[in-house]
Amino acid sequence: MDKELVINANGIHYTPLNTMIRSAVASGVERIRIDNVLGQRFIADGLKGTVRIKVCGTPGGDLGMFMRGPVIEVFGNCDHAPGNTMDAGEIIIHGSSGDATAHSMRGGIVMVEGDIGYRGGIHMKEYGDHLPVLIVGGNACSFLGEYMAGGIILVLGSGKEHILPDRGIGTGIHGGEIFIRGTVPERALGVGARKAEATEEDRARIEPLIRRFAEVFSVDVEPLISVEYTRITPASGRPFANKYTWE
Amino acid sequence: MSIGSIPIKFKVRIDPSRCMLCERCIENCPYGTYRREGETIFVDSRNCVACHRCVAMCPRDAITIEEKPVDYRSHPVWTRGAREAIYNQARTGRIVLAGMGNATDLPSIFDRLLLDACQVTNPSIDPLREPMELRTYLGKKPRKLEIKREKDGDIELNTTLSPNLKLNIPIMIGHMSYGAISLNAQLSMARAVSNLGTYMGTGEGGLHPSLRQYQDNMIVQVASGRFGVDIDYLERGAAIEIKIGQGAKPGIGGHLPGEKVGPEVSQTRMIPERSDAISPAPHHDIYSIEDLKQLVHSLKEATEWRKPVFVKIAAVHNVAAIASGIARSSADAVVIDGFRGGTGAAPRVFRDHVGIPIEAAIAAVDQKLRAQGIRNEISIIASGGMRDSADVTKAIALGADAIYIGTAALIAMGCRVCGTCYRGLCPWGIATQDAKLTQRLDPDIEWQHVANLIHGWTLEISELMGAAGINSIESLRGNRDRLRGYMLDEEMMNVLDVKPVGA
Repeated sequence: MDKELVINANGIHYTPLNTMIRSAVASGVERIRIDNVLGQRFIADGLKGTVRIKVCGTPGGDLGMFMRGPVIEVFGNCDHAPGNTMDAGEIIIHGSSGDATAHSMRGGIVMVEGDIGYRGGIHMKEYGDHLPVLIVGGNACSFLGEYMAGGIILVLGSGKEHILPDRGIGTGIHGGEIFIRGTVPERALGVGARKAEATEEDRARIEPLIRRFAEVFSVDVEPLISVEYTRITPASGRPFANKYTWE
Repeated sequence: MSIGSIPIKFKVRIDPSRCMLCERCIENCPYGTYRREGETIFVDSRNCVACHRCVAMCPRDAITIEEKPVDYRSHPVWTRGAREAIYNQARTGRIVLAGMGNATDLPSIFDRLLLDACQVTNPSIDPLREPMELRTYLGKKPRKLEIKREKDGDIELNTTLSPNLKLNIPIMIGHMSYGAISLNAQLSMARAVSNLGTYMGTGEGGLHPSLRQYQDNMIVQVASGRFGVDIDYLERGAAIEIKIGQGAKPGIGGHLPGEKVGPEVSQTRMIPERSDAISPAPHHDIYSIEDLKQLVHSLKEATEWRKPVFVKIAAVHNVAAIASGIARSSADAVVIDGFRGGTGAAPRVFRDHVGIPIEAAIAAVDQKLRAQGIRNEISIIASGGMRDSADVTKAIALGADAIYIGTAALIAMGCRVCGTCYRGLCPWGIATQDAKLTQRLDPDIEWQHVANLIHGWTLEISELMGAAGINSIESLRGNRDRLRGYMLDEEMMNVLDVKPVGA
């Protein structure tokens, strides 16, 4: 059953919209296109399976929250926290997204063609074969990767001369790694984060992610591969270890 | 100059005329207080934390533990605690962490509230011969019911009801995570609540596979670290609780140190072994009351609006206004955790100084919600230092729908409130992940102790209600006329909305 189901979301509240999606997935539909999306929150919230969903318009917050498996492609911008506490699957955004993108994400991939807001990838974590990846084509705002406990954040800044999350990158980071194209001044780092130029080995590791991004968004891959990246990691696996003493 | 060693906290003595050198004290003490040399058990009192495991296991009652055998020069301001915290911080320059709940001797409001009983003018009720209704439903209640009478005489209910939790008794066990406590401790409590027809919380530690058999009686928690949270976990819980704050440490997050994250804890929290589990202070997707509504809705949407969603906050100064906001967020219950709430570890300064008593918080929230005409929108669950059935009865009379116990359930399994949870060496097998210690706690035995405790309280609550001429918990809830304040000031009684004794 490879026929695409088309849902017109015009004027539909998110609960009936999700009910339609769930019942379609339950009946074996593998591809869904949702037209005229305008601010509906929680699309594909807690959805399981392998369905591919095209979202045309501007979805509201928490797109794909708690989601496990489906692939969502958004033709438009996203509100805050797409991929919130997501377990597996993909969210591909042909546009920009708001604050707390990929908040607490545990697995899968979120790719944003444009920019993301504040607190991107905050408290992302990995476990076993769950390795969350957030790729940002444009720039990220401050507080990127705070409290990060695992996974990979990659900021490409494509088409920009100078890219930089303003400040507070990786405050309290205790796992995972953040890659930012170009150099990052010390002052932009948060407490507990340290930076280094990405090594050949690091770059080999992120190259497949860059190629994937370039392929999905049809951008020239070479300028993104042939440049320097800064890798930001925890200064210590236990950023709070020296803060406490016992009674 | 060196600060030197501080006086020992406990002095342990073994009466040689009673000791038979069985070495049970040596086997049972994980802190290394005892050792045998020849025909004598030697004691290193400095290692003792007064967990009383040795006392409980000594077959000859040969052990005596004396608290604070070496006095400082007494001083009403510079207490032992104040001085020792200074020595500690002078050495380390760090934040002092402490276990269990608030340890200051501030007066208990519960102890200054007295319950009513019938005499002559209205008869008391004997629970032996009259049914006492303790069943409690947690969740939204409709403002009104729309009913349609069919032609055949049947009555149809047209109002859509919100999902409620059905409790046989208004006592639940609060959220203590796997990691903070052992799996055997969780299993014991889960079996108890399942048998009693009530509920317990998972804490922010996920749901271990062996607890799934009790999942219909478990409330799953979503806290700022989102540990163990995935769609299966949400679907398994009878209800979902968003933890915003905790009475023992309002306003701050939590850290489970990596050494407690063994293979099993790692599996349920879904984090790598030995990694610190850091829960940030706020949820970083909740920066406002509107964001809270968004999280409540996201959890309801993910579980297809089938489960009640609770929001837990610490009792703080503006608790009533905050609870009113929560009531408007479409949450089904607000959990208020008072400043005596327990914890495995909290900064001492928070544990002892931040937050307000649960008694005042319940009364303030109940009054605010009633004044705003939204009390039906949300249930109130109170927690934090509930010691006995009297506390529970008074909490309900002040306006709570149900209560959570925590420390009391641990005491039922052997906990001696030594406050050393943070060492991870709990000799009672509760606050530890060490297999040698956790195997001391047998769920097949301890579940019965927890169930006994709650059953005993239930009998007492029935008796208290019967004595007051009340046969339904509904008639006790918010019934402050059955409370009188004793040695409470007028302002406090205004907050509680109770009259003084004699009035």
